[in-house]
Amino acid sequence: MPLIFYMLALVAVVSALMVVTRPNAVHSAMWLVLTFFAVAGLYILQGAEYIAAVQVLVYAGGIMVLFLFVIMLVNLEQVDGFVRSRMRLSGAVVLAGLMLVSVGAAFRLAGVTQVVPLPDGGLPGSLAGPGEPSLAAGNLEVVGTILLTSYLLPFELVSVVLLVAVVGAIVLARREA
Amino acid sequence: METQMFITILISVVQISIVLSLVALSVPLLILMERKVIGFMQSRIGPKRVGPSGMLQTIADGLKLLLKEDIIPDRADKWVFRLAPMIVLVPAFVAFAVVPFSGTGLNVFGQRITPWVTDLNIGILFIIAISSVGVFGIILGGWASNSKYPLLGALRSAAQMVSYEVPLGLALVGGLMWAGTASMVGIVEAQREAHLWFFIPQVVGTVIYFMAGVAETNRAPFDLAEAETELVSGFHTEYSGMRFGLYFIAEYANMLIVAAVATTMFFGGWLRPFPNVSWLAFLDIFNFILPGQWGPFMSGLMWVIIKVSCFIFLYYWIRATFPRYRYDQLMSIGWKWLLPLALANIMGTGALLLWLGQTG
Repeated sequence: MPLIFYMLALVAVVSALMVVTRPNAVHSAMWLVLTFFAVAGLYILQGAEYIAAVQVLVYAGGIMVLFLFVIMLVNLEQVDGFVRSRMRLSGAVVLAGLMLVSVGAAFRLAGVTQVVPLPDGGLPGSLAGPGEPSLAAGNLEVVGTILLTSYLLPFELVSVVLLVAVVGAIVLARREA
Repeated sequence: METQMFITILISVVQISIVLSLVALSVPLLILMERKVIGFMQSRIGPKRVGPSGMLQTIADGLKLLLKEDIIPDRADKWVFRLAPMIVLVPAFVAFAVVPFSGTGLNVFGQRITPWVTDLNIGILFIIAISSVGVFGIILGGWASNSKYPLLGALRSAAQMVSYEVPLGLALVGGLMWAGTASMVGIVEAQREAHLWFFIPQVVGTVIYFMAGVAETNRAPFDLAEAETELVSGFHTEYSGMRFGLYFIAEYANMLIVAAVATTMFFGGWLRPFPNVSWLAFLDIFNFILPGQWGPFMSGLMWVIIKVSCFIFLYYWIRATFPRYRYDQLMSIGWKWLLPLALANIMGTGALLLWLGQTG
């Protein structure tokens, strides 16, 4: 198991690096798809196969296709100048360093020392309330049950937010008001 | 322990090889069937020169594609151009990993061999997720060609496939609600227990699913990505030789997947018609011809093949019947008709199941 984890993690990190270093936007997008797949593999290792499938379906199959669509429509020229600008490069390095430090600090403050697979018996205590189904019942059932009981209000609010976004897009796209 | 693990891996490898070769070998057959069926519908003969009544025509075509020069356009993005056909082909074949080809397995040399490669508890989601990746091959192939017609075809295809993925997935939700599981084997078992094919309560879902499936595989009348009257031949205009052949094989493999999912979800997979009516048991003819375990196995396989073939025939029938849609028509069918209908279908199914008291 640890070997598979490290292989997937390596693929995820390397392809993520490729995403930000490729001068060609389409190549970046392709590497990003590979990153999504590696992360989906990590989800499966954690026993979250539903999240893995949705990750591939939504991010790789949906959102990245739209990304590519936009990249092709606006026909991005290769952005060599952007990468070569020393000011921007050093700014990006500083930001990335800050990000790394803050993620590390978050882990340290939360007392997380190692990442372990979820126990077979059920969700960690913070997620599974009393009477909620355990992971053994299968991902799909657990996610569905929790979303429509404990997290019903946030779930419905998110759908309203999405509806607002759809309406906003239609308003922007319509020619005459 | 070591040998048991080795045997398990060996069995998986054998299963995968059998499934892969079955799918790959059925493609020439499907192409021949398409040309014959459409020829018949248009009062033509179809291929008849190569082999007895043209049976070897697609093999000759395949050989021709293999022997042709592999031309890569000078200004193309060479790596992406080479990679794109593979990106289409691999998901189309991987999706078959969860398709159940029969109901009962075989015992060979004391080892249990299931008629499916694996039975995931998220089976149907797995197929949808993997198939959604295939669109990259079409988009990237069109983009990497560095030519205007392929690019236009790729853009059309991207918009179309993302649009029709939504009603396709939602149409399956109705069936999932009846089945109560997303496992492909579990769905068929649920139909056995419910004594009915989910086609009967899910007529709307089935029709929406199949329409979206035709659009998702870029087949006529939704084949705007390769509309030859406008775009030469769309995203694969610049492809030649076997790279074009890979696109072709992937298209037929995707059709098989759409047909196999429809068979499993709505038409009872390996079950015979009316599986609970006992006097119809004679329909499982292989049970009486073949001894022991081979009988049920072959009967199930026969039903899956018959049902899948019906859907493939429907594909050809639709192609021979309907003219290609205009692009705005395509979008309004997808978003204004199929999507609301699919949502209404889910609500109706939910209400019906609640009324029947089967919500568990």
